[in-house]
Amino acid sequence: MRHYEVTFIVDPVLSGDEVKATAEQVQKELKGFGATIVAVDEVGLRQLAYSINKRSSGVYYTIEFGCDVADWLVKFELNMKRNERLLRFLTVKLDKYGIKYNDDKRNGRIGTKKKKEDTPAVAEAAPEVVPAPEVVDLDAD
Amino acid sequence: MAASREDVKFLSNPKIGLRRKKYCRFRKFGIKHIDYKDSDFLLQFINEQGKLLPRRITGNSLKYQRRVSTAVKRARHLAMLPFVADLMK
Repeated sequence: MRHYEVTFIVDPVLSGDEVKATAEQVQKELKGFGATIVAVDEVGLRQLAYSINKRSSGVYYTIEFGCDVADWLVKFELNMKRNERLLRFLTVKLDKYGIKYNDDKRNGRIGTKKKKEDTPAVAEAAPEVVPAPEVVDLDAD
Repeated sequence: MAASREDVKFLSNPKIGLRRKKYCRFRKFGIKHIDYKDSDFLLQFINEQGKLLPRRITGNSLKYQRRVSTAVKRARHLAMLPFVADLMK
């Protein structure tokens, strides 16, 4: 089964319920195309690096799913484009390393992966030790 | 003509930039996937203006430099990293 990942930004001026409803709507669309949803990650409100449509923050969602149907992508992306509540979206196909990475991240193995390396003297904790929840810390600027 | 401060520094300390053995951190630690959503990690590969750093500075192999490049470009599309900035770090 081919795995994909879609990350989209929902307009922050909407109420919390509407934001959730938008995310639900996207999920429903995917299921309508015959996709099996692996994970939905709500990263939450984040500052944008540059303003989009005069907004300076957005609610980020990431949905990882698998789909084996043909021809779903064009229709799906067209619907996303037409959806006025979405500021941006990005659909990516995941290779086996990407799938494994996401899986490890969900199970919290990303931080410990470094320590399992042969050389314990390696202090290179910089690369992989940023699980999703911590990303929100950027807001505490 | 007085030499600029940087010239003098370089002349008096010839060991600048000579020592560190550069290696590709992805090859060395077996990292196969670069997450475009991880902007903290990607900050290592861009300069203060938000531009991508060249391979000779980061030490990446060509394969992973290209992946880093696509990851940064995706992050820029999703407004996780800026296209143009100043004093990013």
